[in-house]
Amino acid sequence: MGKQTRAIVQGITGNQGSFHTRLMLDYGTKIVAGVTPGKGGTTSVGVSVFDTVASALERTDADASIIFVPAPFAKEAGMEAIDAGLSPVVIITEMIPARDSMILIEYARTRGATIIGPNTPGIITAGEAKLGIMPGDVFKPGKVGLASRSGTLTYEIAASLTHNGIGQSTCLGIGGDPFTGLNFVDVLKLFRDDPGTDTVVLIGEIGGSAEEDAATYIRDTKYPKRVAAYIAGRAAPPGKRMGHAGAIITGTEGTADAKMKSLREAGVLVAEVPSELPRLLLQQVSPLQ
Amino acid sequence: MKLFEYEAKSIAQNLGINTPKGAVASTSEEARDIHKRIGGEAVIKAQVLVAGRGKAGGIKFASKPDETRDRASEILSMTIKGEKVKKVLIEQKATAKKELFASIVLDRANRCQTVLASDQGGIDIEDVARQTPEKVLRHRLDPVFGMRSYDARLIALKLGYQGIQQSTFSDFLSNLYRLSVIYDAELVESNPVIEMQDGRFLAADLRVIVDDNSLFRHPEFQERSKEISGEVTALESKARDNGLAFVELDGDIGIIGNGAGLVMATLDLVKQYGGKPANFCDVGGGANAEHVATALQIIQGAEKVRAVFVNILAGITRCDEVAKGIVDVKKVMGLKKPLVIRMVGTNQEEGRRILQSAGLTAMDKMDEAARLAVSKVAA
Repeated sequence: MGKQTRAIVQGITGNQGSFHTRLMLDYGTKIVAGVTPGKGGTTSVGVSVFDTVASALERTDADASIIFVPAPFAKEAGMEAIDAGLSPVVIITEMIPARDSMILIEYARTRGATIIGPNTPGIITAGEAKLGIMPGDVFKPGKVGLASRSGTLTYEIAASLTHNGIGQSTCLGIGGDPFTGLNFVDVLKLFRDDPGTDTVVLIGEIGGSAEEDAATYIRDTKYPKRVAAYIAGRAAPPGKRMGHAGAIITGTEGTADAKMKSLREAGVLVAEVPSELPRLLLQQVSPLQ
Repeated sequence: MKLFEYEAKSIAQNLGINTPKGAVASTSEEARDIHKRIGGEAVIKAQVLVAGRGKAGGIKFASKPDETRDRASEILSMTIKGEKVKKVLIEQKATAKKELFASIVLDRANRCQTVLASDQGGIDIEDVARQTPEKVLRHRLDPVFGMRSYDARLIALKLGYQGIQQSTFSDFLSNLYRLSVIYDAELVESNPVIEMQDGRFLAADLRVIVDDNSLFRHPEFQERSKEISGEVTALESKARDNGLAFVELDGDIGIIGNGAGLVMATLDLVKQYGGKPANFCDVGGGANAEHVATALQIIQGAEKVRAVFVNILAGITRCDEVAKGIVDVKKVMGLKKPLVIRMVGTNQEEGRRILQSAGLTAMDKMDEAARLAVSKVAA
């Protein structure tokens, strides 16, 4: 994803859709069309609106899509983008039923499309383009790839990296839901093959096993790039959902301490508090430098 | 959203899943009458959403209707882990030839539904899984096509069933699966499943958790989901009714932030510096002044809170709105507890001006602010 990426916005006429389309355009993103069923022929923040993705693509070329449609319609909006051959499909929408996400993610997998989200702040290539709702000004170009399960915490950490002179290549939210299109292992694979990235920062949280799976992958493949991590939710009690649908400790599984331990054992630099991340990265030089 | 056992069993019966003969009662007299009607020996089960009711004395047995009335009266006066018992389920006690375990869960790691089944039912399945993992069968279902007849049959076969019993158990599993689809269930679990002398399978207990994000498809549960249960404290219920993501904790520093991850990290920091958070409160992205004011009012109003820490990193949220919310509370009802504000991001300057005009200041760094908040309580 970068300057050359041409994207459509599904749900462009809604509050969130139009507001963030304006900000994405301001950041330099090529938004070539919008889609809202029933609003075809109109324009929203200067972008032409079509009734369906297919009709938009009769008039313009696009590679990717970003989705703001309400949760009940998000599954089919995602399928519509995938059927039109778009990838990645970034799904900002939150509160999508887990069953809908599960089916959509399988649909994407069998058709070779990449889904980012749902319930994600999106993806940004620092200084080039963003498909998402993140504030663009906290990111600066550099060599750190960042993947996170949350939104504001990502901005917090990106801002502190930037403030310490550590720039970023690509930053993305994998999403705060139980089912997400990409997990940390998928992202690690993408960053491994990205020449612009020499360090990966993972921002995890309680619930599920995405961080433990990442640790296993890093250890088993002798991951060639430096990895650092911060895990939120050490103070969270078991059995309570901490805001995100996926942030819940069930039984003894999914605790922050267990995740930090697995990552440390895999050789990952694990920060105790968010502000420690830039310090860890500055102390230890990348193996590639 | 967790369903009560009697609710889960009622929807199960409509899908052809056998459950013990019985009915739900709100009074001890009703309980006695139900026992008279169903006959045999009865089980009286507290209808609560918290786990562990058996150990808490919420399940009792009785052989005569009058005994059932007395036991029901005892259970109906109980509070189990903070949840008041309002109903009891009276069921005929079933004699088991064998007890099994069956559940269908949303499996995050594999992005599908997975069936867990075991012929060691009736006991804590997590213990079984820990001590004898080979006794718990795991079978993944295709995310799109779900449970096909041969999936169910394979599971029955692996549990040792042949011939007619294989078909009977397959049908039982298929019906549990149908329930999970129709009701968008995160979890459908029957422990124990009872295999009767006559060969039928019976869901003697049944737990169903409906995915909260699917409630728009299930209007029948929407009102029920708002009821206060043992799982939601009065403070949580009040905050959630006002659109806040809120979890009550046992400390004394009230926390308000925007974004679930940032709020979690804030709790961690406070704890790291020796403080104890009183709550998790996420005002969400794009929160307006009113939202912030409501959160602050609710939190400073809680007796146990001795200081409040507001941590805002504004992206879609705007600092001026946050500041307005805080200043409104100060003007209308006053700040009742020491307040520490960390606020950076969109419209930061404007936000700080608003705070300053009311004699308040905001800090830049969340570490320093967390330390200060902890010191307010320690002092």
